[in-house]
Amino acid sequence: MARSVKTQRKIINTAAAWGIGLLIFFPILWTILTSFKTEATAIADPPVFLAFNWTMENYTAVLERSNYAKFLWNSIIIAGGSTILGIIIAVPAAWSMAFVPSRRTKDILLWMLSTKMLPAVGVLYPIYLICIKLGILDSRIALVIILMLMNLPIIVWMLYTYFREIPGEILEAARMDGASLKEEILYVLTPMAIPGIASTLLLNFILAWNEAFWTLNLTAANAAPLTAFIASYSSPEGLFFAKLSAASTMAIAPILILGWFSQKQLVSGLTFGAVK
Amino acid sequence: MGQIKLNQVTKSFGDVQVIPPLDLTIEDGEFTVFVGPSGCGKSTLLRLIAGLEDITSGHIDIDGSDATNVPPAKRGLAMVFQSYALYPHMSVRKNIAFPMKMAGVPEDEQKRRIDAAAKALNLTDYIDRKPGQLSGGQRQRVAIGRAIVREPSAFLFDEPLSNLDAALRVGMRLEISELHKRLATTMIYVTHDQVEAMTMADKIVVLRAGFIEQVGSPLELYHTPRNEFVAGFIGSPKMNLIKGTEAQKHGAATIGIRPEHTDVSKTEGMWKGRVGVAEHLGSDTFIHVHDTGLETGPDDLFTVRITGDIQAKHGDDIYLTPQLDKLHKFDAQGLRVD
Repeated sequence: MARSVKTQRKIINTAAAWGIGLLIFFPILWTILTSFKTEATAIADPPVFLAFNWTMENYTAVLERSNYAKFLWNSIIIAGGSTILGIIIAVPAAWSMAFVPSRRTKDILLWMLSTKMLPAVGVLYPIYLICIKLGILDSRIALVIILMLMNLPIIVWMLYTYFREIPGEILEAARMDGASLKEEILYVLTPMAIPGIASTLLLNFILAWNEAFWTLNLTAANAAPLTAFIASYSSPEGLFFAKLSAASTMAIAPILILGWFSQKQLVSGLTFGAVK
Repeated sequence: MGQIKLNQVTKSFGDVQVIPPLDLTIEDGEFTVFVGPSGCGKSTLLRLIAGLEDITSGHIDIDGSDATNVPPAKRGLAMVFQSYALYPHMSVRKNIAFPMKMAGVPEDEQKRRIDAAAKALNLTDYIDRKPGQLSGGQRQRVAIGRAIVREPSAFLFDEPLSNLDAALRVGMRLEISELHKRLATTMIYVTHDQVEAMTMADKIVVLRAGFIEQVGSPLELYHTPRNEFVAGFIGSPKMNLIKGTEAQKHGAATIGIRPEHTDVSKTEGMWKGRVGVAEHLGSDTFIHVHDTGLETGPDDLFTVRITGDIQAKHGDDIYLTPQLDKLHKFDAQGLRVD
């Protein structure tokens, strides 16, 4: 009896999980479907789900009109650069917080997190002006630095949580075994922290890839990444749902594929510490 | 060589002084046990010797040279941790090889020492496993193996057996003692378990709140405890400490009598009491006696230990007679009077 109740519950849970999953995924699915419709079918009422004439014309139009490769390249540079720079700065920070904490470590961590509560638009004006003064408006380097700073609290927190899970005694054992600080980091700590560093990299790459506030406000023609590419297809020129959808699909495809192949790492990164 | 000398060593964490000025010499080849209740500073003292904590003042000499500012990696000491602290991503072989790799020992010499250690510690069958696939006792052996191969001038053990179950603990205790006899290397061993201290040590250092209460061989501590604290800490079951009029009769503020130095009778004796709990171990019987009218402390308990078995039930009347030549006397400050 107990077993059959268990099975029944399992079926219900699975069905519910699929239902919720599909619900969340539906807008993305709809975007992808719409990108293959003509502009007329895209706004048809009642909406057409699958039974329409599939067409690639939106993609051709979008690729003709804009330089997709350039936007893609900007996205890769900005997301990749800000993540790598962030990790380089965050590793030593998280390191000292996890292994040589001071009385203020907890306060510093909370203070760093509190900066994430500030509405970004509140500092848009000063940052915009700083960028103009420094002559780095609409440059990739500006976005790399700003996105790195925006995500740094999360990177430090994630790495700190990972490092905290590594027992200090193992590092002490390495020290007793004659390892220098460099050897201790190279042979003991890094191999043990690699899953953590990898999922931190991945998550922050995705966050930076999707970031739309600073990328839209601080770029024009030169440094615009894929978020700006999508935005350029929205309203001012009238309703072009199908083309907008095609642009969106092209913008999210790389990250969707990356996410799909690394979902195991991502889940472990997001639930680290919660699930043993 | 492995003489370790502490001169006026102190340690403070912030404003809290955990080790007041302390002098101690551990001779080469000696098995020294630091024992004391939790929070007495014994682990801190070990970590100071290891170099994992910096001392606040004073200095530490290892083999006659000042090691106070030498980092742990360069002190030539090996440590076995309570949690074993094995490298989880390395196989047993790589774990044991790690200190030799750090020291730049040639590969074939590494292999020879690993094989010897694995054989001595019964690890040959597990040599290619990861620590996660081993039992607690096996992990402990790997940790010891990792310490042996680097041929240190002294071994430091930080409560190495406290994560093992009782049966395994007795076995490992013997193995470590045998290892000491074979290697004749200095060993410093931290434990809160006075049985481990008594059975393994050449020299016991009893600590309380960072102070050394007494240093001596196990039997010195058992027969002539320097004060009430050591008297109560060394020996199992604990020594009975009696204050008040009964102590004054012997010209002391407190008298102590060990459970095994008390004769028991059902008919007559010096003190009368009532049996609370009788623990029958077969070889011994521990009887916890109440209502003796003696000032034994708030729980009004007098423990006796009798060799062999004796019929004693809860509530029975019982007579106790201390062996007066085995009586310990302490003054009002708790210090021993002879």
